Amino acid sequence: MTIITPADSLKQTAPRTPFQDALRRLRRHRSAQVGFVILGFLVFVAIFAPVLAPYDPIKVLTDVTVRSKPCIHFFGCPADQPQHYFGIDGNKRDLLSRIIYGSRLSLQIGVATVTFAILLGTILGATAGFLGGWLDNIIMRIMDVLLAFPSLILSIAIVAVLGSGLINALLAIAFVAIPVYARIVRASVLQVKEQDFVTAARALGSSQLGILMTHVMPNALTPLIVQATLGIASAILDAAALSFLGLGAPPPTPEWGLMLGAERNSLFNAPHLVFLPGLAIILTVLSFNLIGDGLRDALDPRLSNVQK
Amino acid sequence: MTQFIARRLLLFLPVLFGITFVTFALARLLPGEPCFATLGEKATLAQCAAFNEREGLNDPIMVQFGRYLNDIAHGNFGTSLKDSRPVTEIILERLPMTLEVTLGAMLFSTIFGILLGILSATRRNSAVDVVTMMGANVGVSMPVFWLGLTLAYFFALTLKGTPFWIPPSGRLSSGMSLLSLNEFYQLSEMTGLRAAIVTFASNTVTFNALITGRWDVLRDALWHLILPCVAVGTIPLSIIARMTRSSLLEVLGLEYVRTARAKGLTGRQVIFKHAFRNAIIPIITVVGLSFGSLMSGAVLTETVFALPGVGTQLVGAILSRDYAVVQAFTVIIAFIFVFANLLVDLSYAFLDPRIRLQ
Repeated sequence: MTIITPADSLKQTAPRTPFQDALRRLRRHRSAQVGFVILGFLVFVAIFAPVLAPYDPIKVLTDVTVRSKPCIHFFGCPADQPQHYFGIDGNKRDLLSRIIYGSRLSLQIGVATVTFAILLGTILGATAGFLGGWLDNIIMRIMDVLLAFPSLILSIAIVAVLGSGLINALLAIAFVAIPVYARIVRASVLQVKEQDFVTAARALGSSQLGILMTHVMPNALTPLIVQATLGIASAILDAAALSFLGLGAPPPTPEWGLMLGAERNSLFNAPHLVFLPGLAIILTVLSFNLIGDGLRDALDPRLSNVQK
Repeated sequence: MTQFIARRLLLFLPVLFGITFVTFALARLLPGEPCFATLGEKATLAQCAAFNEREGLNDPIMVQFGRYLNDIAHGNFGTSLKDSRPVTEIILERLPMTLEVTLGAMLFSTIFGILLGILSATRRNSAVDVVTMMGANVGVSMPVFWLGLTLAYFFALTLKGTPFWIPPSGRLSSGMSLLSLNEFYQLSEMTGLRAAIVTFASNTVTFNALITGRWDVLRDALWHLILPCVAVGTIPLSIIARMTRSSLLEVLGLEYVRTARAKGLTGRQVIFKHAFRNAIIPIITVVGLSFGSLMSGAVLTETVFALPGVGTQLVGAILSRDYAVVQAFTVIIAFIFVFANLLVDLSYAFLDPRIRLQ
């Protein structure tokens, strides 16, 4: 038999760190749970797309009719016909395979644009906050002006300059998102800059960059993570919108917005070609929105007391 | 109060200046020489030099920017390469449609968003609340154009033959048309701003039908506006409903609301006379911010419903590299967005005396 000394019991009930606290709240958050399940499914589909997709997403099939309805044996489709769970698109391609491959692109689009925007936003925001003075003024006024545009309209104008195409559309979307992150980082810098522990770090000889990395960024992390998750959602929506207008990914890329846009005129005779890619977009965007809400509630309990 | 308004207006000017600067700078970043874009690839160097001289492209960049500002101030947005006519003409023709959709969608989203928000705040955790909040989550995740297409499918095809059928595309039914206000009132030739205003009003079909008393046309136009407005308004509706809910919940927990209840006021009086007035500032802010997504949404949805607005023209202009049109629409939409937010700022002062005195 072991004897539990007071010291041991103290060790056992060691207080949770704030991070563990946040993680606990996140795990218990209902909408975050749903969001993670959907996102997990999407990531799974994206990773195993070559295995899951029954056909090549770009290859034109020969033995099918254009825009034919979904053919599933279980629901009474003749057994001698090949199964196409989501039907055939306007170019005789298997829609299911295209949607499966589309998940790769959408997730990449979301993560890539937001990463780019965060990097540039952090650099700009940190520069503005740390150096202050006229540089701060110039940078932040430019950010204000960029925020004065409706974001999609500014992206469209930028694509007009760069020319249409997936990469250009992504650059435009990322560029338009920069001001939000610059503001967050700058606010955190200003909050921390004058505090004693930063002065102490400076007295100990830390460089500006060192202070930024060890003292400022951890403070900015919470709002950045929340904003980034919600930002991924809107980046995916905007990219789909640009592709829908024909300004983003070129055919035959399996991009959901493009697939929807290409088939919008056959809405009345082949509605599945419009509905299904749209549902895929909704599911993806929804998962990030739900996780974003959960993260906000978990990481910043002050904000969440009302929303429960 | 005057001081408050004056200060807001002063803050407004630099933003307008910045917007024009950004669009001007974007135009300078266009790849290729402007002269080849205008005169065609076969233009000789001498022709190009003459073109640059004529268009003032050899002047210092700041002089060019100054000229651009001056042009905008006089309502001159250049010439469309594709249609070879003044861009201002195109704007007066196209903008009314987009604004009709935007304002209609705003009305829809604000009214229903606030109602749903109040409903879910007062019946917290009830079925209404849960469904509304789940709906709001899905609502913000929906692509506008997808919702537009889905609505078109449901109301134009599924409900075909029922009284609920709604036309899926176009601005007016075929055979419907309106006289321009010039013709209707037999106005004399006008120039400048007055002519522009009259043309703009003529092209705003609902407004035109209203003041010329063409009720059949008005009905038809509104009927065609339903689906686009619902599609465009759904995302802002979700955001407004959420904000109304959380803002109202915050206020409902305060002591003065409990006092109001203790005084024996009815639930409705407490909500509308006491709580809602204090909850309204964040709601108005969200409505103002949604204006941007409403305009973007209108631009996107026009292509779905084949409406002759800014969006359809804008996409065509980008694909044919008609940058004057893109630039003009960008500036105008951004101006309208900033102006809407200015109105929101000013409305704070009317709604909350504390802000006025700051």
